[in-house]
Formats: sequence, C-alpha cells, structure tokens
Amino acid sequence: MKPGPVHQGRLKSPFYSRLSSLDTVNEWHQWKGYSSANLLFCSDVEYFAIRNATAVFDITPMTKYRISGPDSLAYVNRLVTRDMEKIRPGRVAYAVWCDDHGQVIDDGTIFHLRDGEYRLCSQERHFAWLNDCAIGMDVEIRHETEEVAALAVQGPTSFSVLRNMGLEGIETLKPFGLTYFDFHGSELMVSRTGFTGDLGYELWIEPDKAEALWDALFAAGELHGIRAIGTEALEMSRIEAGFLAAYHEFLPADETVRTGRSRSPLELGLEWLVDFKKPNFNGRRALAEEKRRGSTWRLVKLDIEGNKPAHNSYVFAREKNNKGNIGFITSAIWSPVCKQNIALGSVRMPHGAPGTHVWVEIYYQREMHWSRKMAKATVVDKPFWFPARRGATPPGPY
Amino acid sequence: MTDFYDAIVVGAGHNGLVCSAILAKAGKNVLVLEANQQVGGAAVTREFAEGYSVSACAHLLYQLQPEVRRELGLSPQMATEHMSTIVLAADGKHLRLHGDKAQGVSEEDAAQYRDFRKRMKRFAKLLRKYLNRPPPRLGTKDWQDLGTLAQLGLDVRMLGKEEMREFLRLIGMNIFDEVTERFASPLLRGAVSLDAVLGTHLGPRSPNTIMTYLYRLAGDNGRLAVPRRGMGSVTELLGHAARSAGADIRTATPVRRIIVENGRVTGVETARGERFNSYTVISNADPKRTINQLVGTQHVETGFARRIHHLRASGNAAKLHLALDGLPSFAGLDKKDMGERIVIAGDEHYVERAFNPAKYGEYSAAPVVEMTFPSFRDETLAPTGKHVMSAVVQYAPHGLKGGWDDDAKTEFENVVIDTIARYAPDIAGRVTASELLTPADIEREFHITGGHWHHAELTLDQFLFVRPVAGAAQYAMPLDGLYLCGAGAHPGGGVSGAAGRNAARSILKREKAA
Repeated sequence: MKPGPVHQGRLKSPFYSRLSSLDTVNEWHQWKGYSSANLLFCSDVEYFAIRNATAVFDITPMTKYRISGPDSLAYVNRLVTRDMEKIRPGRVAYAVWCDDHGQVIDDGTIFHLRDGEYRLCSQERHFAWLNDCAIGMDVEIRHETEEVAALAVQGPTSFSVLRNMGLEGIETLKPFGLTYFDFHGSELMVSRTGFTGDLGYELWIEPDKAEALWDALFAAGELHGIRAIGTEALEMSRIEAGFLAAYHEFLPADETVRTGRSRSPLELGLEWLVDFKKPNFNGRRALAEEKRRGSTWRLVKLDIEGNKPAHNSYVFAREKNNKGNIGFITSAIWSPVCKQNIALGSVRMPHGAPGTHVWVEIYYQREMHWSRKMAKATVVDKPFWFPARRGATPPGPY
Repeated sequence: MTDFYDAIVVGAGHNGLVCSAILAKAGKNVLVLEANQQVGGAAVTREFAEGYSVSACAHLLYQLQPEVRRELGLSPQMATEHMSTIVLAADGKHLRLHGDKAQGVSEEDAAQYRDFRKRMKRFAKLLRKYLNRPPPRLGTKDWQDLGTLAQLGLDVRMLGKEEMREFLRLIGMNIFDEVTERFASPLLRGAVSLDAVLGTHLGPRSPNTIMTYLYRLAGDNGRLAVPRRGMGSVTELLGHAARSAGADIRTATPVRRIIVENGRVTGVETARGERFNSYTVISNADPKRTINQLVGTQHVETGFARRIHHLRASGNAAKLHLALDGLPSFAGLDKKDMGERIVIAGDEHYVERAFNPAKYGEYSAAPVVEMTFPSFRDETLAPTGKHVMSAVVQYAPHGLKGGWDDDAKTEFENVVIDTIARYAPDIAGRVTASELLTPADIEREFHITGGHWHHAELTLDQFLFVRPVAGAAQYAMPLDGLYLCGAGAHPGGGVSGAAGRNAARSILKREKAA
C-alpha cells in the first residue's frame, strides 16, 4: 500500500461543516488531533439540553480500535480486568486495563460488534500497548478512529428523536446494547451508551454519510429540543454521573514518571470490574497482592456544603487539622440538576468510607480578593445523577 | 499420584543438571526431561563423522564454578589444562599468551599486559562473587536484597578509591579503547579483543565488551582446559551426580508445553502426549522458548511478554569441526603447539571488521577463529594418527540474509578454511569430513532460540538485576511455579553451572520461607 500524505495541522471531523455553521463563539480545542468545540453557544444552555431535551456531541475524535481474529476473546480478556466472556455479541462493556503493576492505563468501552469482533474506544491512544498485548496471539488490531464518524445523542428526548428518525425497534435496545440499521444504504450502528449518565445513544457510521446523518437527526429532533453541544456541558454531566476521566481521576500509568502517581482499579472504585476468577489478565498478580495488603488510595464522591465548587482543593480529615491533607479533589462542579455542590476526589485509605465526613478546603475569589472556607463534605457511594429513564426499556417518550 | 514431582526440570543442559542434582540432594523428587538423546544440552561430545568426535558447541572449559565442583563432587578428567593462546601472525612471529605472560611482544607491552590482567582479575574476582548468588532486586524492602546491594556497593568501594573509579569507568566501556590505549602489539590487541567478543553479537567497539571480558575471567581466571573425551564427559558426570542424588532423567523426551491452569504452572506435557505434574517447573530452555513456546504468552502479563519479546538473543558464533588425516602444519609453530589454543585475530580492527557484515545479516569474509585440535592430547576423539579440529568462528549471524542453506554453509566453510590456510596451507588437503554448525543449526539441534551461547546477549541491559528481563531476575518468573535455570538467567552462559546452582538454591530458599 502506498502511504498517503501525512496530514498536518488539526483534523476536521466529518461533522465539522454542521458544527461550525451552528457555532457562535469560535472556542475550540484540540482533541487527539481533531478540532473539538468547547461550546457552540452557551455551555449552560447546552448542559440543559443534556438533562431536559437532546444534546448532540461529536465523538469522532474518540480513539477507536478494531480487534478481530480467532483469539480476539482471549485477547480482550487478557487486556482488561473484567470477564469479557460474559459480553455477548451485541453488547457493550465498560472496562479498564492495567499494566503489569495493576495500575490503570485507561478506561473505555468495548463493543462486541459481531461474534469475535470488537471495537475498543478510549480517550487515549494505545496502539503500541494493544500490539504488545497481542504478542503470541492470532488477532488483528486496527486503528479506525478516522474511519468511523460518531455522535453521542443524549438526553430524555433522545429516544423519541431516534424513533422519529425512523429507527424501527430502537425501543427494544437495552442499556449497553448495540444494534444496526440501514441508513441511506450504509450500516448505521446505534449503541445505548454515553458519557452523561442519562438516557442516551451513540451513533456510528462511515464518514461519507456523516452529514446526511446529522441532517436527518436534527430534522427528527426539531420539536424535541435537539441541540449541538461542546465539551464543557459534557464535562458537567460526566461529573454528575460520577464517571472517571483520564488526567482528572487518574493519570494513564504509562504517562506517570513518579511512583505512586498512578492508580489501580481498586483505588478508583472499580473493583466490580476486576474479576479475580479469570486466571490471567494484565495486572492480576499485582491487584491480588493489593487486595490482600490494602490499597493506598480511594476514589470518593463528595456532596459538599455550600455552593462554591471545590476546584483543586485539598481534602482534610477534620475541620481544624491543617497538619496534613488526606487527599485532593480531582473534579468539581455546582450541579444544576442535583442542586448540589459535588466533587470527585482521591483520598488516602482508610479515609473516605461511604457515609463518613471529610473537610474540603475551598478557595474562591471575590473582587480580586481570595477567601478560604473549610466545607464539610459527605462521602456518597451512588452517582449524583442516575435517573430512572437511564435504565428503562423501552424508554419513555418525553 | 504416581506422576507428581516436587520439581520438573525442562532440559538437561549443564545448568538443568546442576539444578536438578542440587534439588535432588536436598531430598526433592525431581524429574528431568531432555529432548535430545543424550544429556548435556549444548555441552556434549558428538561424533560428526565416523570415528571422529568433538565437543559439539562449547569446547573449552574455563568457567565451571568451584562451588559447583565442590558441592556436586565433580572432578572431570582433563586432557589439557592451562592452555596457552597462540595468536597467529602472517609473518610467523606469533604471539603467545600464557596466564598473565605475553611472549613475542615488547617488554613494555608485556608489562602492560601483566598490569591489565592483574586489574581484570581483581575485578573478575568481585564479579565472580555475584555470579554465584541471585542478583538483588532493586526497589524492594527485602532485607536480603538490600543486604546484597549494600554488600555490592561495599565491595566496589573496598577496591580502593582508584580501583573503584577504574571499575566504574571500565565496566560499561568497550575493549577496543582499552587495548588501543594500552598495547602497541597488534596481535595482543587482537587477542584481547577476541576474548571479549567470543560468543556474542558484539564487536570490540561495542559497549560493555570489557564486562564480557571480565565475565570470561570470572570462572577460573581465564585458565583454559579441555576435558578428556570432550565437553560431554563433564555433563555425563553432572548427569551421574543428578541421578545418584535421585533425579529421574529421561532423554529423548521433548516437552511440548508447560501446563498452566488457573494462573499457575501445574506440570508439563511431552511431545508424545504424556503428562507429568508438578507445582514447580524449572526451564533450562532459553527465556524466549520458555515463555513464547512452552508456556504461551497468553498466560503471562503483557509487560513481561513484551520484555521477553524484545530480548536480544541472536547468535553470531558458528562451530566448524574438521576430520583431518593428519595435523596441519602452521608456519612458525612446533608440533607441541597443536595442544594449545590457536586464534586468528590479527588486530582489533580485524575483529571489528569481521563483525561489520554481521550487523547487516552477512557473514565475515575474513572471520575470527579460535581453533583447538583436541585429538592431539586425547586419542578417544579420532582414529589413531588422525585428528579433529574444533573451531569457534565469528561472525556468522543467526539471521543470515537469504538464510543458512547448503550453499551458504559451503561458502562460509570455504571462507573459514581459506582463512586458516593462510597460516597452514596444507589444511584443506587434510580434511576428510567436516561439520559446520551455524547459529541456525545450533538453534535447531540444541533448541536454543537464536542459537546464542548465552541464551540472551550478555550486555549490561540484560545483566545482573535485569537478566533476562526486569522483574524476573531471581529465577522465579512472574507466573506461579515457573522458574528459569539456564544461561538466559543470571549470570549467563558458559559451562559454569552458576545459573543452575543459583536457581536451585533460590527455589529451596523460597520453599523454606513459605
């Protein structure tokens, strides 16, 4: 195969023409080589599209790998900590993968597209690691980020929008399920997945049909409040759902230099994803040892008093104990839908057991001057936002 | 269960035999499975033409550790001991090296050589101490590891300020710079360069070839010997020691795979389909064969599999065996010299130039040669009046461009014979039969991936704490019940027995601790 010219500069997603025509603020950032909008109009309005109507977010830049071949099941089972044997074709699994020391490299979703064929989606790129993991296995790993255009369609009216679009049978699609439709002669994959913690879907199609898909979607959603959104609104909903983000709740283990700066799945509240019944997977020995000896860190979800978001705060065990912090906040917002001051954080064991209290040191600025406040926080163990519609099949026609 | 063993050793190479003998002596019920017809691995004596036998791979004994000899009560019979090295010169004014003495060079060179050897032996003595114990792990709180590390630091410091500085300067350096700095005689430079690179994929200018030179000295101070009836007699003794200690050794029983169940080793399956059970399987095979073929990478974690995958283990030394109807006559050598070690390494450039083509998958057009005529002092190896030559020839890369087919082998053999014939013109006419073992042949016949003497290149990044790879330097592999006891483990290759002994001792120690 003759190599094509190397693309330099930022890539434009196949949805770029549609996004840029809706854009009013021209605030973009780079996401794995692609231009991605921070917001298109107003992030609060976009946020409420997620929670009250339908929000459309371009996830084309998300890293995607195709995994196929006779050993693909054995391969994914060795790669990730959870048991992939249970994930049948047509199902999607949230998963986390570790290095030999049981430290998280990344988390993501694995789509069992067809028998023995998988798509792995993640924030970071992992081609080298995925290939190393394939040493001695009959499996093919293909980087397909640019070959697939994808949209997240999220929010209470998203089901109605897709049904309006003519996706027959979409009402039977369960959470973490995937199915296929014909769209203008191309295969449209729809999965009931997302990063908002709400009812929502993700649509996957070849790039040539991206604009037609966008147009059909927005035509079907016109009366259901459909709105294109940027990353800022998504980030708010992500924290409300209690989802982890690389470089916030953890640093990919292969990016860390100092020891102790990476996290294990046990330290991220992901023990439910670690299946010690599997005889071998990357990190198993180290995680079994950690389980025996106890973890160093714990991920906590905090409900904090007051309304000042606890950005970058230290966490303390007691209000008047400045001798040493027990951890720090990794993500924080005032949640408009929960009417709560919420945060995710990393604290040292044994602190942070669900139901206990910790103290968060919040700095905030008012007319140039800084103020400091010790705010009491309760450790909760459920996601801050988990509406019934997220799990309902069929979802209600809002 | 009748087929349950305390330990199963895969491969009866010399390290496998040492390991099984020590385990059996400690009361363990040990099974040893060897693919070939005879024990010894690459340390065997084989008949290559009717009536002519020779040590198939290793042909000089200089590293067998005193601890191994003592603990197993070995006293191999030697045909030749304290061999001299004769470095051939085109003009017949050959250089002779015997111990620390260099003859045929200027007085200043001779003094420099004495000084060089004195220092090298001092460093080799330090190294020898650490070859005979498991290397400490780095970054642990284990008191024994910390103790060994502290001891190592102390031992280096105890060399004295100047010698410590020299040690630290030299250990990563190449031999080329050292010989050109010290010696005027080209032959002397060539001979020392040759000793530093024998059996490796390194040239005199490659880094850490001083370390490989030290490694050679770390057995018996570089004193060379040829066992009577070849190297096979040593491994026969080892086999006997293991058997009499109670080990069950079965030859012609290749192991197809090491069985892993529920994340731990539970036994082995032979090529014939028999199954033998044990929770301790010790592989004398090289690390790549052990992990990639016998265990299967899917049973280990990715980081470890990757490190094993990237292990450099590509052999570059060939063996040439000649059946001769009489001893060749070398210009300037007496008949009695034929019992010595004769090398062709004109100078340090000659050795480096021989290495150059090997980097690009070609054999040397002017190879370096280490010859012995073992039949000169051992009548068991050839019919009366006839002789055998056993030579190590470099460089012959494992991954030869186009592969080692019959044509390539014939061509290379002719190149080697022509090279020798420049000093002994009658040799070609005396050859009645020959055998060339390239690294590809060594791989096939002795089941060593890459056909490398040391199973894995002997370089600082694959040495001591990180041999064969980081996280697996103490014989236990990161798979419960799996151990390594061959040259791929610390300290490395050569008929030394150190790896086998260290492995056995660390297995016994772990068991005691458990």
